[in-house]
Amino acid sequence: MIEIRNIHKSFNEKTVIDDVSATFEAAKCNLIIGASGSGKTVLMKCIVGLFEPDNGDILYNNENFTKMPESGRKELRQKIGMLFQGSALFDSMTVEQNVMFPLDMFTKLSTSQKQKKVNEVLERVNLKDANKKFPSEISGGMKKRVGIARAIVLNPQYLFCDEPNSGLDPKTSLVIDRLIKEITTEFNMTTIVNTHDMNSVMEIGDKIIFMYQGKKEWEGSNQDIIFSKNDNLNNFIFASEFLQDAKDMRMLELKGKIKENRNMDDLTQ
Amino acid sequence: MNFFTHLGRFLLMIKQMITKPENWKLYWKELMHQCVEIGIRSVGIVAVISIFLGAVTTVQTAYQLVSPVIPRTVIAVIVRDNIILELAPTLTCVVLAGVVGSRIASELGNMRISEQIDALKIMGINTKAYLIMPKILAALIVVPCLVILAAVLGIWGGQVAGGISGILPFETFYQGLLEDFIPYNVFFALTKSYTYAFIISSIPAYYGYYVEGGSLEIGRAGTKSVIVSCILILLADYALAALLL
Ligand SMILES: Nc1ncnc2c1ncn2[C@@H]1O[C@H](COP(=O)(O)OP(=O)(O)O)[C@@H](O)[C@H]1O
Ligand SMILES: [Mg+2]
Repeated sequence: MIEIRNIHKSFNEKTVIDDVSATFEAAKCNLIIGASGSGKTVLMKCIVGLFEPDNGDILYNNENFTKMPESGRKELRQKIGMLFQGSALFDSMTVEQNVMFPLDMFTKLSTSQKQKKVNEVLERVNLKDANKKFPSEISGGMKKRVGIARAIVLNPQYLFCDEPNSGLDPKTSLVIDRLIKEITTEFNMTTIVNTHDMNSVMEIGDKIIFMYQGKKEWEGSNQDIIFSKNDNLNNFIFASEFLQDAKDMRMLELKGKIKENRNMDDLTQ
Repeated sequence: MNFFTHLGRFLLMIKQMITKPENWKLYWKELMHQCVEIGIRSVGIVAVISIFLGAVTTVQTAYQLVSPVIPRTVIAVIVRDNIILELAPTLTCVVLAGVVGSRIASELGNMRISEQIDALKIMGINTKAYLIMPKILAALIVVPCLVILAAVLGIWGGQVAGGISGILPFETFYQGLLEDFIPYNVFFALTKSYTYAFIISSIPAYYGYYVEGGSLEIGRAGTKSVIVSCILILLADYALAALLL
């Protein structure tokens, strides 16, 4: 479980994160959603310590990360995995070497044990026959999967994903989303995902925090979001008319006004 | 940012870089890798430049020494001392500041922009120690070797040029090389090369590591680091000469 309290962050007098508090639960996909520039990345980087918040506390399982000395942070970080927006693979290393790197650095396993572990994770993310390729030779979706494999190879307790499906087609996005969801429950991780992708929100949003201009504007689950009366949230998530209609349909459906298994032929007659 | 913020951040970077490695084997591997990147890959350019410098120095010294009362061996003496004292260490390092410096700055800058440095940090790695220290150490190891190589090849180039153009025969040049040789000059040249090695590795590392913005900034960091290292080399050159000679 990760708890953040009253986080503030500004760059050169410009407030980017304004008094955000939240709790992120274990074994759940916790989503931070919001438009581009709403502060999702900055908030996530504050939580993992890549930025220092100006104010506020961050607690990992009740341990105060903000007050930890660098040595304590380094130790805690070995329990953190993170997938970056651009995947951040080491481009001088092959796929296999990328995933093996944390094992090389932090474990005393033998080469064959490491190799076994690497193959295991790569298989877990459905990546085969790419072991010897370099990041420049694989597609965006594959890079994300390598990024996830590298993030989970040390069995972290906390997983952070910054826009895991930016730049991917809807179908590949869905695959990545489901993968994140599965490993979250499988390894009982506290997962935090930044996204502005409507599909992910509906697919994996166990708990959702909506950021609007640096503030936490709304909080709930993907069930609640349909019924939310928050205008900013509705404008963001149901941006197109088509999605507005889809939302209205779903609401009618959930309220029992129309049949769930309605037949399209009935409607068009 | 003004000069003092840069200086403060630079010194802090150097201080934070000195810690116990998380894993000796990987740090060693990185150090060896950097020795190859900085050293072996620069041998070619250093060789070409120093041979020609030696040749040119010989021909031009002969041109300036027209008096028949001065023995020809003096040409060799002048070429030797010029090369050891100034040309081999300083010019080699100015060239290396361009070759090695831009490579270090762009490598680190690219890692910064593509969040690879963040990825290392998240794993619990001291990125300054893992990325910068091996580069500086490698430079301290290989740059003096390159300078010695440059001195040897420079003098050899001078000897060959002198022989080919009929200025002075090989033996006379060789004789001149042994005349009034001051071993302290070699020590001085090595002191210079250690100083320069530190400059041409740490300055580009600093600019590359702290790149902010987009890929355009990577190029700017490279240019800036080359300019700053060259100026610092020349300042250090003067300071060392004033102090040690
Ligand atoms: N390093 C930085 N320096 C200054 N401003 C920044 C920095 N990083 C982000 N910002 C600003 O913070 C705001 C939020 O950015 P970000 O968190 O990246 O948004 P997003 O929700 O798209 O991830 C933006 O207005 C951006 O300009
Ligand atoms: Mg972002």
